[in-house]
Amino acid sequence: MNGANLPPYADALGIGLDHDEDGNPVLFVDYSERVAGRPGYLHGGAMSGLMEMAAIAALRAELNRRGEAMKLKPVNVQVEFMRGGTEQRTFAMGKVTRAGRRVALVNAECWQDDPAKPIALAQMKVLLSPAG
Amino acid sequence: MDEPRSLQDLPADFVFDPARASKMMTRHGHGGWLGLSYQDHGPDWVELALPWRDELVGVAETGVLASGPIISLMDNATSMSVWTLSGRFTPHATLDLRVDYMRAAAPGRTVIGRGECYKLTRTIAFIRGIAHDGDPEDPVAHVIGTFMATHGAYL
Repeated sequence: MNGANLPPYADALGIGLDHDEDGNPVLFVDYSERVAGRPGYLHGGAMSGLMEMAAIAALRAELNRRGEAMKLKPVNVQVEFMRGGTEQRTFAMGKVTRAGRRVALVNAECWQDDPAKPIALAQMKVLLSPAG
Repeated sequence: MDEPRSLQDLPADFVFDPARASKMMTRHGHGGWLGLSYQDHGPDWVELALPWRDELVGVAETGVLASGPIISLMDNATSMSVWTLSGRFTPHATLDLRVDYMRAAAPGRTVIGRGECYKLTRTIAFIRGIAHDGDPEDPVAHVIGTFMATHGAYL
């Protein structure tokens, strides 16, 4: 396990915690054959996987701050691909837009060299239920 | 003869065959890492399989697959359904993809992704699909999205 408490999928894909930004974990994945799509480009599914991990990490961080132990169940995710990802390190950060008692809406962005030029966006809806 | 490593290396008059193309798309890169394999296809649909394995788990305590691999499975299956319907390989990019999760995939079960291209225009392909873990009537997820031809046209 690593700093952001990431699941096996994240570890296997090579996703790690880069740093924390205002309480939101910034995750990264380095370019490798494992995340390659069409030649020279990052696979959209790998981008989505990274953003999903960042969204969940941001939500867990927010729930921890509130001291709420919740079980998370993804309802749906919408991903917009805006630029091709190239052969370099890719970052993603989630931001909780709204977390009520039963459902949370989390946005995530994915970028490479410039955070101001995201390559993809994701919006995820997650059902919350008290853990245990 | 070796299979071409990438679809971009194919001759222009190549008629798209998802069974053959899958061998390339699922051997290398992210699809290869996930272990995606070709299952079946029809005039406007392609089915790929994603075998369950420990490494792809999204919630360690439950053994449920992460949604990243499901998105990749559906991205690849729907992408291939576009070329299957159009009959040729046109380089394209996924514009958007929405995934609705009906339920968690059962731990240990192979997930089947069936992607369908339901409308093709010159530059945009509209796709939808389902992922299931054995019973197509009880899907794990529904997806809908669009692709855009980046070099040349679909029709």
